[in-house]
Amino acid sequence: MHPVIKTVLGRLAMGVLTLFAVSLIIFSSMELLPGDFGQAVLGQKALPETVAAFRRELGLDQPAIVRYGQWVAAVLQGDLGTSFSGRNASGVDRSREVVDLVLPRLRNTLFLASIAALIAVPLSLLLGVSTALYRNTFYDRSVNMATLTTISFPEFFVAYLLILFLASLYPVFPSLANVDADTLFGERLYRAALPALTLTLVIVAHMMRMTRAAIINLLASPYIQMARLSGASPAEVILKHALPNAWAPIATVIAFNLAYLVVGVVVVEVVFVYPGIGQLMVDAVSMRDIPVVQGCALIFAVTYILLNLIADIIGIVTNPRLLHPR
Amino acid sequence: MKDKFIEIQKAKLIHGQIDRRQFVMSVLAAGVALPAALGFAHKAVAATPISGGRFRMGIAHGSTTDTLDSATSENHFTLINGYTFGNHLTEVGSDGQLTGELAESYESADAQKWVFNLRQGVEFHNGKTMTSEDVVASFHHHMGEDSTSAAKGLLTAVTSVTADGKNRVIFDLKSANADFPFIVSDYHISIRPAGDMASGVGTGGYVLQSFEPGVKSVLKRNPNYWKEGKAHFDEVELLSIIDPTARQTALMNGDIDSMDRVDLKTINLFKRNPNINIMEATGTAHYTFPMRLSVAPFDNYDLRMALKHSIKRQELVDKVLLGYGVIGNDHPISTANAYHNSDMPQREFDADKAAFHYKKSGHSGAIPLSASDAAFSGAVDAAQLIANSASEAGIEVEVIREPRDGYWSNVWNNDAKGWAACYWGGRPTEDWMFKAAYTNDTKWNDTAWKGTHSSMVFNALVKQAQAELDTTKRRALYYECQDLISDDGGSIIPMFNSYVSANSKAIAHNEIAANWDSDGAKCVERWWFA
Repeated sequence: MHPVIKTVLGRLAMGVLTLFAVSLIIFSSMELLPGDFGQAVLGQKALPETVAAFRRELGLDQPAIVRYGQWVAAVLQGDLGTSFSGRNASGVDRSREVVDLVLPRLRNTLFLASIAALIAVPLSLLLGVSTALYRNTFYDRSVNMATLTTISFPEFFVAYLLILFLASLYPVFPSLANVDADTLFGERLYRAALPALTLTLVIVAHMMRMTRAAIINLLASPYIQMARLSGASPAEVILKHALPNAWAPIATVIAFNLAYLVVGVVVVEVVFVYPGIGQLMVDAVSMRDIPVVQGCALIFAVTYILLNLIADIIGIVTNPRLLHPR
Repeated sequence: MKDKFIEIQKAKLIHGQIDRRQFVMSVLAAGVALPAALGFAHKAVAATPISGGRFRMGIAHGSTTDTLDSATSENHFTLINGYTFGNHLTEVGSDGQLTGELAESYESADAQKWVFNLRQGVEFHNGKTMTSEDVVASFHHHMGEDSTSAAKGLLTAVTSVTADGKNRVIFDLKSANADFPFIVSDYHISIRPAGDMASGVGTGGYVLQSFEPGVKSVLKRNPNYWKEGKAHFDEVELLSIIDPTARQTALMNGDIDSMDRVDLKTINLFKRNPNINIMEATGTAHYTFPMRLSVAPFDNYDLRMALKHSIKRQELVDKVLLGYGVIGNDHPISTANAYHNSDMPQREFDADKAAFHYKKSGHSGAIPLSASDAAFSGAVDAAQLIANSASEAGIEVEVIREPRDGYWSNVWNNDAKGWAACYWGGRPTEDWMFKAAYTNDTKWNDTAWKGTHSSMVFNALVKQAQAELDTTKRRALYYECQDLISDDGGSIIPMFNSYVSANSKAIAHNEIAANWDSDGAKCVERWWFA
């Protein structure tokens, strides 16, 4: 079997196992948290009778194992369940499907992540390669210093600085990125500009430095010396000879940062009031809305697994030794 | 004479019979100084509502688990949102007085059987005319064993709700309650069409266009609104903006017109912005430190008294509330309530008295005080300040920082923790407040104040007062209740916090209600663009 297909199948099988483990860990950690949905929703006003009514309504009076089994059985049939919120014993059931809750949010998050990635990935590759090419020059040092500075600041601080300069003092972009399903693409792009810029600043350093380090690492190898001796220009050496061998580590770092863009940007969402999936999961955890938490956790796990799989495939495809094993 | 002249001139100005310059000239002639005359003109004009505009408000709350069902309405976003499209039987006005809303009038001979006469010809947004059947269904939504309503506890005293014809509803209570009309104004008990409690169809001034939980709510003016002189905006957009910096930036940049919960730490910088008005209202909300009498050493009167005397109340207001609040006197009735006991001497920090009572209690060792910012923002700091001031009186208080998560279920109102920080939104009436947290039958009696002689007297007084329709007698009874809580009760109530919000200068309004943040949470119905 072709090594690429073999890796993909192996990884996918492992991925399913990982998903199962993740769901088990999330479910049991939700069980370990104090309180339940009824108590969280009612807060200080929770009466034992009201909380008991909630438990009956949501089936929380059944043992945890039974509830987990039911949930897994439903998910295997493609049903992520309904949110705890909005169920109603005495009237019409207004609760929403987890899928309906998650999808619009996920779409927003993926939109923001793609914009940020479209700016950040080419930018960091360009900076990485060029700093490797002109390493230890003034250019190299200033790029390193700038990117390290932006990664050292917490995200919310970068966000506030951008708001101060680009929304308050020089109103170029809006400080609120409150998009909804009806927002047109151009408007959406305009509103998401500041959050995307914030995320770009936060992730560029990691990818750029990894690219630079991977290339510089290779520059010491004998085959690069050989290429140089045969008269290749510095740019040719890097792009044609060093870069193909550096793709594997670079792809891993890019995958890691893209996954972060999907699962870890709740702070940026809060600062810019961007309706993404991070805020949804945080709300669901604090309200003990288990079906939504599980749904989000599965999506996050799938994101990680798929992105890492893609990174591995890139690593294999770009490396002839792995592509044609003897 | 002069006042009357000015009133007439104001009326002319409002109705456009004279212009602003003529108005100012005429009141100047009447002997009013120029700045005051300009102020009059501004106020008179501001007080005339103008319709129109899109009102965008940033609200500090909002969660993806929010619903349109008022039964589980628990944060300020759902509260404000609920008041835009829904009405209640009664409402608390800007002056704190109760008026009928969907009930035209209400009466009772014995305070036990209440008759509410409904306003006729009021239509729901779906075109259906509101009748007694809808009111009965709306109340049943909060009652009964299977109800998951947060208002369930409020209505346990109601034995039956029955319709008497199309326009009259009769409530039978277990025992007399003179404040029952106040209870039905509670924000949970919104009147919705029978069989549809959760879709956001109501009788309110705005019709819901879209609602995205935790994100925003969009509304349009109800052209058919029955209430006159209310609901002036054409369109409304309520946004959940949880981050205070984002909220304040949005207001400064003009992305929103109004916001609640100004961050007090930066308020002095924020105030400098020329386009912003800061509003402050001290209502019934207060911060408390309940000691549980069911747990030693708090069962000891002298120990409680020692701790009550070791609180520097003004320091707490200055440092925790940054001055936006007033000091409390260890009872939960605020100046916004009708029967606030103003005769009671203010309890001050007194190291000698504290040491005297502490010695008398015979206690030794550290006293644990549990706190978390889940109780209120700054609770841990407040607990530290209490520990500091108590040490001046020779009392050792050990502050325990509790996790935020599950604070209300595991720490507060729990015998495992004898003394903890807590927050009460307050209640519009004395009876309601006492029954929420101080009488012996409430589950939220977070001080477990039950067995002592004073508490028994207190319970008897509350029962007597609730059936008393004579206000002078009620006043005397409630004054005594406040004395008893302040003296023997387990709660330290050092401060009442103010609601601080901010508007763009384009927003105009009348006097602001103090029963909730944002003009009684009814700003959308009451405010307008000047």
